[in-house]
Amino acid sequence: MAALDSYQYTAEDLKSPQEVRWCPGCGNHAVLNAVRKALIELGMPREQYVFVSGIGCSSRFPYYMNTYGFHGIHGRAAAIASGICIANPGLSVWQITGDGDALAIGGNHFIHVIRRNINMNILLFNNQIYGMTKGQYSPTSEKGLVTRTSPFGTIEKPFSVGELVMGGQGTFFARTADYNMSLSTGIYVEAARHRGTSVVEVLQNCVIFNDGIHDVVTGREVRDERTIVLRHGQPMIFGKEGDKGLVLDGYRLKVVKIGENGISAGDILVHDKKEADPAIHYLLAAMRYPEYPVALGVIRSVEGKTYEDGLEEQITDIRKGAEIKSADDLLNSGPVWETGH
Amino acid sequence: MAKSVKVVSKEKAVILFSGDSGDGMQLTGTLFSDSAAHYGNDLITFPDYPAEIRAPQGTVGGVSGFQIHLGNSVIDSPGDSADVLVAMNPAAIRANASRVKAGAIVIYDRDNFTSRNIEKAGYTADPVAEEKLENCKVIAVPVSSMVKEALQDSGLDSRLVLRTKNMFVLGMVYWLFDRKLNFTEEFFDTKFADRPEIAKANKTVLRAGYDYAGSLEELAPVISIAPAGLPPGRYRNINGNTATAWGFMAAAEKAGLDLFVGSYPITPATGILEEFAARRDLGVRTFQAEDEIAGMCAALGAAFAGSLAVTSTSGPGLALKSEAIGLAVMAELPVVIVNVQRGGPSTGLPTKTEQADLMQALYGRNGESPVVVLAAGSPSDCFRFAYEAARIALEHMTPVILLTDGYLANGSEPWKIPEMKDLPPIQPPFASQDEQPFMPYRRNSSTLVRSWAVPGTAGLEHRIGGLEKTPEGIVSYSPENHESMVRLRAGKIARVLEKVPDLQVYGEDSGDLLLAGWGGSGGYIVSAVKELQSEGFSVSFANFNYINPLPGNVREVFSRFRKIAVAELNTGQFAAWLRSQCGGFGYEQINKVQGLPFTTKEIREKCLKILEDI
Repeated sequence: MAALDSYQYTAEDLKSPQEVRWCPGCGNHAVLNAVRKALIELGMPREQYVFVSGIGCSSRFPYYMNTYGFHGIHGRAAAIASGICIANPGLSVWQITGDGDALAIGGNHFIHVIRRNINMNILLFNNQIYGMTKGQYSPTSEKGLVTRTSPFGTIEKPFSVGELVMGGQGTFFARTADYNMSLSTGIYVEAARHRGTSVVEVLQNCVIFNDGIHDVVTGREVRDERTIVLRHGQPMIFGKEGDKGLVLDGYRLKVVKIGENGISAGDILVHDKKEADPAIHYLLAAMRYPEYPVALGVIRSVEGKTYEDGLEEQITDIRKGAEIKSADDLLNSGPVWETGH
Repeated sequence: MAKSVKVVSKEKAVILFSGDSGDGMQLTGTLFSDSAAHYGNDLITFPDYPAEIRAPQGTVGGVSGFQIHLGNSVIDSPGDSADVLVAMNPAAIRANASRVKAGAIVIYDRDNFTSRNIEKAGYTADPVAEEKLENCKVIAVPVSSMVKEALQDSGLDSRLVLRTKNMFVLGMVYWLFDRKLNFTEEFFDTKFADRPEIAKANKTVLRAGYDYAGSLEELAPVISIAPAGLPPGRYRNINGNTATAWGFMAAAEKAGLDLFVGSYPITPATGILEEFAARRDLGVRTFQAEDEIAGMCAALGAAFAGSLAVTSTSGPGLALKSEAIGLAVMAELPVVIVNVQRGGPSTGLPTKTEQADLMQALYGRNGESPVVVLAAGSPSDCFRFAYEAARIALEHMTPVILLTDGYLANGSEPWKIPEMKDLPPIQPPFASQDEQPFMPYRRNSSTLVRSWAVPGTAGLEHRIGGLEKTPEGIVSYSPENHESMVRLRAGKIARVLEKVPDLQVYGEDSGDLLLAGWGGSGGYIVSAVKELQSEGFSVSFANFNYINPLPGNVREVFSRFRKIAVAELNTGQFAAWLRSQCGGFGYEQINKVQGLPFTTKEIREKCLKILEDI
């Protein structure tokens, strides 16, 4: 094993020789930088990382990391990554995907990897559009969006990433925005340290085909009022003045103003990402503008046995006292007989 | 058995157990064949069952059959027609009357020949008369009544009592073939160790059937088939799916690799996944994927991570996997895709056999996408070719498609158990950490194989994927680079030839007619060829197991015959492959697409016709 200090990388150490070919101004550049920062903070040897992707703009990501990387086929990165995780549970496996790759063609693999709780990190770049094929609507496009394949507006309701994760009994869900380097870096580090499937939705801007799609929520002027950064153990407070908060009103969340209608700071919900019951996490993940602020931060992070641990335990258990220990044992098991002796 | 019973010796016989899909015919046939194999006969079995788990009772569509061909010398196929037919209901007569030899013994369950069942099978009155089975030795047995009588003191309810009916007829057939019951009795003692009353009931009924047969004058004489004198060694009975799974386990152990299996259940390949799943004791990592695509992709991920990776499927599943197989071609990773062929296209005939996925295996991907294609020739041969498929995949860094079929998957035969020390070594081309800078597509100059750098290895970090790359692993759309890489990938597959043994000819090395077969239909063809040769015809036979690349001596072998006829269970896919790879011969074709194997008679008749024209 190499000396520990050799894992203290610089961003330069994590750059591959491949030229980065995303459009200037694309949100992906910031995500790439934040992920490199996260890896520096994690301090693991770079040969332990595997970046796996499908097809789409975000899926070029593995080419730009000086780690192991596998650029797969459309929608299938979760399945490829599952094989890598199960074959070698010691690796740190990252799936880089987009809203089309993960939720349209790859929707089946996405829900099943979450259900199995395979120990990998899924960074889902959500720009609500197909960029690589030049601007068609995606499964997360808002209803009514006019695109090249919906010239009269879409007639489909969008998927919400967080709700799918909760539906798949996910153990980790976080949301961040491409421009927010410090929030993103912290979330990627936490996602990597979580044992199980960590899904991070990145609100990412496609500068060419869907420019500014998140601005209504995350634009510089409005983001304090229209987003809330959730921190474990902290009250759910937001707003430029820090005067707004979330309370539970019956079965629903409600936005309140502290100091109005008898609401005090003590009435505001305190975030508990470790709560096993996903009900509140679901409500938080599902919050949409304009009724609610959009939640950023780690919304859910609970313990759950990983698929790999379950499998390794089963193998270890069954090997104890097993009669068949080798291929020769197997071939000679059950009814066998000798002839010619 | 009473000493006065007459015994006749025979060289071989075909027994067909047939009944409703709930009558336990598959178990009955398996028990008889295990017992016969243990006795020393050579044999091949052919289970034939409907796709529905319980098709409507008493209908022809619900008939499940198990055919056993046993003999005192080498047996090549399950046989064309039955010397003994056991029919548990009228529908079983309807389904099999045309497959009964003149003079055969037909044992049927008289209690089940009710007017309702007779009508359901499409008869008006007496099935035996309507099928003109008068020239057979027809034995009507009140099986249900006899079973009830035998178990009247057992305390079991009538449902459990009647479930032992198959053991009554098995006991009768054991008597008919002069077999001992102990092998089957031990099976029940083991299987129902915790339910001794069930073991006892089955053994009681088995014995009752045996004794009843001995009391029937019209069933005699007893048929004696001597042991086959197989080469000395240790044997077991094995079916194709089990042999396939075991071949990969042997290969993983030999290569010193973990075995990863990503599969989705599909008939008739499911048995392979089940065999793997049972082997946690050997550390097999099975992953029952959410779909066929995920099975293939997970296998590919495991291959990238350094495991021996396998996915098993049937035709519709192979279609779903094709894009990911293309990725395996591009990424140049070792993975084996087992395709247990069934009748197609689409869902087709899920439980029936066919060889119509050859073109899909060879060409069913976008772009220039060559893979190695192998085909196993008999149920036990699946072990050898699974091992070989793994060896080629690992040593040549390529996907390999192994073709078996429904007949091989479910059919079984005695198998001389190999020893691990005798199997060839498997040496994957792992990259050395000294290869700096590491280039993923740098190749061995003689084999064109790239080296395998496994995640976790310091200094060999690299990126691969579906986009075209330069040898350094950089994405490239250069026209010259693309053509060069396309030709290199093809050249790499062509150079697998170093592992392909020469084509062997059964019979004379030259002559009038060479029958060419491939994969699982070889056994049927060789039975016909043996007959023709014994009658003095100049007919030889060659079975192909290496489809891509083909053996190096094909042209030379073919040129020594006046005619070549390609026999296969499709409309001519291998013939087309030979025409494209080895042109200049006027290939005749013998084809069948009925979801059933060839019969010896069919091959023989087609050969005689071809020979007439010479």
